[in-house]
Amino acid sequence: MQPSLEQKLWMYETMVLSRRCEEQIAKIYMEGKTPVFNMANGTIPGEMHLSDGQEPVAVGVCAHLDAEDIVTATHRPHHQAIAKGVDLDRMMAEIFGKATGLSGGRGGHMHLFDPAVNFACSGIIGQGLGPAVGAALSRKMQGKPGVAVAFIGEGATNQGAFHEALNLAAVWNVPFVCVVEDNAWGISVSKAASTSVPRNDVRAASYGIPGHYVEGNDPYRIHEVAGEAIARARAGKGPSLIEVETFRLAGHFMGDAEGYRPEGEKDALFEIDPIPRMRQRLLDDGDASDEQLSNIEKKAEERIEQAIRFARESDEPRPEDALTAVFAQA
Amino acid sequence: MTQSNNRKLTIARAMAESVAQEMRTDDRVFVMGEDIGELGGVYGNTRGLLEEFGKERIRDTPISETAFIGAAVGAAQDGMRPVVELMFVDFFGVCFDAIYNLMAKNIYFSGGSLKVPMVLMTSTGGGYSDGGQHSQCLYGTFAHLPGMKVVAPSNAYDAKGLMTAAIRDDSPVVFMYHKRLQGMGWLGTEPGATVKTPEESYTVEIGKAAIARKGSDVTIVSLGLGVHHALKAAEKLSEEGVEAEVVDLRSLVPLDRDTIRESVARTGRLIVVDEDYHSFGVSGEIIASVTEHDISVLKAAPRRVAFPDVPIPFERGMEQFCLPNADKIIAAYREIEAG
Ligand SMILES: Cc1ncc(C[n+]2csc(CCOP(=O)(O)OP(=O)(O)O)c2C)c(N)n1
Repeated sequence: MQPSLEQKLWMYETMVLSRRCEEQIAKIYMEGKTPVFNMANGTIPGEMHLSDGQEPVAVGVCAHLDAEDIVTATHRPHHQAIAKGVDLDRMMAEIFGKATGLSGGRGGHMHLFDPAVNFACSGIIGQGLGPAVGAALSRKMQGKPGVAVAFIGEGATNQGAFHEALNLAAVWNVPFVCVVEDNAWGISVSKAASTSVPRNDVRAASYGIPGHYVEGNDPYRIHEVAGEAIARARAGKGPSLIEVETFRLAGHFMGDAEGYRPEGEKDALFEIDPIPRMRQRLLDDGDASDEQLSNIEKKAEERIEQAIRFARESDEPRPEDALTAVFAQA
Repeated sequence: MTQSNNRKLTIARAMAESVAQEMRTDDRVFVMGEDIGELGGVYGNTRGLLEEFGKERIRDTPISETAFIGAAVGAAQDGMRPVVELMFVDFFGVCFDAIYNLMAKNIYFSGGSLKVPMVLMTSTGGGYSDGGQHSQCLYGTFAHLPGMKVVAPSNAYDAKGLMTAAIRDDSPVVFMYHKRLQGMGWLGTEPGATVKTPEESYTVEIGKAAIARKGSDVTIVSLGLGVHHALKAAEKLSEEGVEAEVVDLRSLVPLDRDTIRESVARTGRLIVVDEDYHSFGVSGEIIASVTEHDISVLKAAPRRVAFPDVPIPFERGMEQFCLPNADKIIAAYREIEAG
């Protein structure tokens, strides 16, 4: 089933929002890092993993989720966070390390937590699977609605936590969906070199759950397959595993020279950038006019500018605040 | 070859050179880890190895730390000498069973009939805003658990010699290298770690500390990056006539308690600098090693400059607030002076 027109426009808008976010972060990240690139310096220090190219996965899945549903995400979390509705101003402020950030600057870009929309992410590969299964279990035990989705990269499917969590979710029949973003690379190590099967959907058979592989980084197909898996989970029929073929247009992190990629691979990917492709499709299908889409794009740009303004204008945390929030507040 | 003794290396290159030299003379040595092949290691410490030794002996792994560290133990017990990398020490969480319950205990469980000749190399340290899962040192965590030797060099000379000693050791050795000492400009680096390093193969004995600077008024004990903070503090103190002795531990297990005790016996004052968490760790152990031996040598209560007991914050100001530095060491000395 195709997404509704409203869903399509939301997906496009959210993809553009995510991309503008990454483009702006990429630019600001370099402030203070030239002529000598040193991660420790600049407006945004530390590692930076951008999600350019992988937006279709986030929007295709999150189109089916409400605030009450749970998402655990990865070290590359911005597209997933935006699609889940994380507070954009506070997310940006967190990335900048400001006091107004989601965690007041304690976490940084790999540790975005927004309990209002049940979003969390982590810098340890495969770490989000357990908590997603646990949140799904909690909803089941409490008799409350909601499904939990764990986003992971294809590299994480070789981590013990992946296999343990899928088995656990299956054996307890909890409302859980594992979504694998297959961008073919775990830093410099290719999927082919690290994974015993070409596609991870077949691994679902080991846990007696449905497995799907979605080709082509296609937001509509992702939307359809994710919709079925999420509906199934909501209906109490148990977990599913979905692997989505996608690609990253950014390096593994900012500063990655990507020498491990075969010659020409990267250029070919820009040719199939999902955002212009979706735009064209919306036009071709008569779903939106050029003017409508331009408006969406303009709005997205303004929204990101606003978030950046908020982040820039916010105060830094007090250094001694490092010592607070270790334990739960009374 | 006469050039050899004037050549300076980064720790990253010193580690790679040591591994390469051992691989040339010993077919049993091989390397496994994430991104250690084509990429040459995220921190450069396996650069050039794939080109020289090929994929059979330089093995990029899946992100499966439990499996490949466990596999290293099995291969080591079966006659190989694996060098295996845990990319960041923080990731020990997913695979610690293979390390402390397996690698560290099998010699003992076998009553000494087994050898486990392997090196687990892993990066430590923060100070570049990588957040609380990519910036820890965890020295105390590893050193606490019996059955593995633990080394943490502060410069390239020691790094090369300790790596060679570690590869030749029949017991497991955890080789903890500090990211800010690797000579990788992209995350900031301490120039003092890049030192003259002989081309020929040599070892630095595991379990022997070094006196990095001689002094008579206070002993500053540290390891890794902390040694460089200590040396900077010592230079500043020297300007006011206070001569600090800096002890570079180099090894945590075995711990060279004699060198520490001997130094403190002469200076009567002790400051321990540790980027690892304050409580239940290296700093407490060093102080106990002195006080339980002979408390009367101390002219003042010992001090520690360590990371407070909180997860490592991302934001620069908060992180720097927590990290040890030369000024904090000098402040600790002032407290000692004030009595
Ligand atoms: C347990 C663990 N091992 C290793 C790493 C280092 N690391 C960070 S990202 C990454 C590659 C992850 O690949 P994948 O899961 O495919 O996600 P992608 O980066 O491609 O989005 C690795 C090895 C880590 N963060 N955690």
